[in-house]
Amino acid sequence: MTNVKEKGPEVTLTPPRDTGKGLKTQEMVINMGPQHPSTHGVLRMELTLDGEIVTNAIPHIGYLHRCFEKHSEAMNDYAKVIPYVDRMDYVAAMNNELGYAIAMERLMDIRVNDRVEYIRIIMSELQRIASHLLAIGTFGLDIGAFTPFLYCFIEREKVLDIFEKASGARLLYNYIWIGGLMNDVPADFKSDTAEFVKSFRPKIKELNDLLSMNKIFIDRTANIGVLPEKVAINYGVSGPSLRGSGVHWDLRRDDPYSIYDRFDFDVIVGKGEMGTLGDCWDRYIVRVREMEESLKIIEQALDQMPEEGDVHEAVPKKIRPPAGEIYCRTETPRGELGYYIISDKSTSPFRVKARAPSFVNLSVLPAISIGAMVADMVAIIGSIDIVLGEVDR
Amino acid sequence: MKTTEELHQILSGQFGEEACELKADEKVAPWIIVKPDLIRDIAKYLRDEKGLRFDSLMCLSGVHYQKENELGVTYHLYSTTEKHKLTLKVIMPEDDAHLPTVEQIWKTADWHEREAYDMFGIRFDGHPDPRRILCPDDWEGYPLRKDYQVQEFYRGMKVEY
Amino acid sequence: MGLLDKKYQDSNIIVVSLEKALNWARKSSLWYMQFGLACCAIEMMATAASRYDFDRFGIIPRSSPRQADVMIVAGTVTLKMATRIKRLYEQMSEPRYVISMGSCSNCGGPYWEHGYHVLKGVDRVVPVDVYVPGCPPRPEALLQGFLHLQNKIMNETLVEGINPDKPVVIQDKGGDQIDIKNVDETDEHKTAQIEFPQQDVKSKKEGA
Repeated sequence: MTNVKEKGPEVTLTPPRDTGKGLKTQEMVINMGPQHPSTHGVLRMELTLDGEIVTNAIPHIGYLHRCFEKHSEAMNDYAKVIPYVDRMDYVAAMNNELGYAIAMERLMDIRVNDRVEYIRIIMSELQRIASHLLAIGTFGLDIGAFTPFLYCFIEREKVLDIFEKASGARLLYNYIWIGGLMNDVPADFKSDTAEFVKSFRPKIKELNDLLSMNKIFIDRTANIGVLPEKVAINYGVSGPSLRGSGVHWDLRRDDPYSIYDRFDFDVIVGKGEMGTLGDCWDRYIVRVREMEESLKIIEQALDQMPEEGDVHEAVPKKIRPPAGEIYCRTETPRGELGYYIISDKSTSPFRVKARAPSFVNLSVLPAISIGAMVADMVAIIGSIDIVLGEVDR
Repeated sequence: MKTTEELHQILSGQFGEEACELKADEKVAPWIIVKPDLIRDIAKYLRDEKGLRFDSLMCLSGVHYQKENELGVTYHLYSTTEKHKLTLKVIMPEDDAHLPTVEQIWKTADWHEREAYDMFGIRFDGHPDPRRILCPDDWEGYPLRKDYQVQEFYRGMKVEY
Repeated sequence: MGLLDKKYQDSNIIVVSLEKALNWARKSSLWYMQFGLACCAIEMMATAASRYDFDRFGIIPRSSPRQADVMIVAGTVTLKMATRIKRLYEQMSEPRYVISMGSCSNCGGPYWEHGYHVLKGVDRVVPVDVYVPGCPPRPEALLQGFLHLQNKIMNETLVEGINPDKPVVIQDKGGDQIDIKNVDETDEHKTAQIEFPQQDVKSKKEGA
């Protein structure tokens, strides 16, 4: 895109070689991004190509580095970090807030009441659906299927309506607070959510008919960007991208936080139905099927949710955690979101490090894209489902 | 499944008492402080030894302890087969902060270490691609150090508000 | 109308001034550059998608800056990205417009104080036509921004008076009445020039 030269790793091109038919070929470097419709933001890829084949891929990140960790130290209050947490993974703000709130509550030994827990679970599962819908829609868009994008956004807007009624915002909520919630849900929250769950279930089938089982879509994604299980674990990949490789790993089940141990749901893994295990289609279908599991959790939570309970009951007046540190991880739609918080007994954090799932998932990109065709790069990037706000923080 | 105390026993048996030091606190999970030079050997041992099998590095974070004039790196390890966790810390003097890389042991450390270099100026010996990762290559200073002073201009653009 | 008076029975003929016809054509197909930076880009996508539907205003995304009329700066502009934004803006063909969407690109937003890597307002590198406030702005707000831009385009003129290449301020006086004038250009930020690095950037051999 741009030709601004930056110091990068030395890219050594192979010398020109003769094909024997009087044609000479040579490797070529192209820049993909930071302005590219399929890089989901401002990712820049430096691709070395041998004809159509990618021989090396170097991701360049940092084009959206918004200094999250500096801000969390500079804020003189732990609660003021939450808006910045929202803006990290802006597609799944509720899950980010939940992770931060749980980390702080463990550090300060706060217990919240059941109503708060259930509302948090419902919100974060709704957010998971909204985030997966966006991931699926834009993945289809990258591949060349425009219509599913519109279908996904219709459903996503319904989820955002529920959030808006509760918190007043469409995208970045500041809703889940340390020790509670910003305010209680509106009176018609239960009926709204139940109605959404009822109307959304048939839409998943529609989406499957429209996109998942589409011949062209399968041809573009099956056997592309195969991520083997061992490589995935060694690179620290998590979330749907890891489960797409057939690893039964979900922090909601394996390292339960909040009240996830009360619900009955399946961990969806890829099975290599359309090709090799761990290809783009597997990573995609895990997201589609996870939405059904989220619906299951929401239904159970709506049934069990107590009517009584003050959402501000455990909100501390002054947040002054004891000196110490904690690493706490939760499962966001993209994978394992960990917060490493160090407290020095003052009112502002000494250090907050966010272990962002997209950051780690993206680092596996060179390993799985070498040998792919250049047109498949968009499929591979789309299937990992990165959010650049979280990659760069 | 092993506790940090048990792991400390195993490590001090293998690498000697002075190589690692157990820090226990009632409030939070205990951690082990290890010597900078040994981190790579210890990491390799922790990953490969039967019964330990720390196959995943959850997080690697740099920390600046300004009062002590020290820089630190914290490793959070997890074993997906044995299901135990471990926190390792490395503490180095601020003016000579370097330690061996663990990139060859856990690939995920690659970008985490680059980030720690970018934000704190901690150098990882033997890292295959030791560049800044988030800030541009011609950025001055290490932003997350507590005494960081932001530069006035970057390529002609005013940085401060 | 003289000789031509009532010569044309076909109702498809409209008589307008050239200026107005040009402006009308310009404002009715504003193609924006499809490129998002941060959170606001999600709201921009939502505006283009099913419920809010940009298409009904003739606003459609183009992936190449060469084919785009308007650049929506949707999100936080970092210093690393600012050089690219400038380059993208230079690649667009005239007439070109810039909408700054969201607090971050207006003035740095929540990152104004401690954001060492954030450009405090995209107007320090490219001239901005319309600022849309919000963090992030709702889709309705972005649509309102486009309506303001259309209003501005309808008031463009072929005669001298205001310089369309320079940033201007608009005062909406209600209805079709609008007051446009060039910004006072003594503001030092507006004239900041990006220094593109030389090919031989002094190499820093730090980090073993």
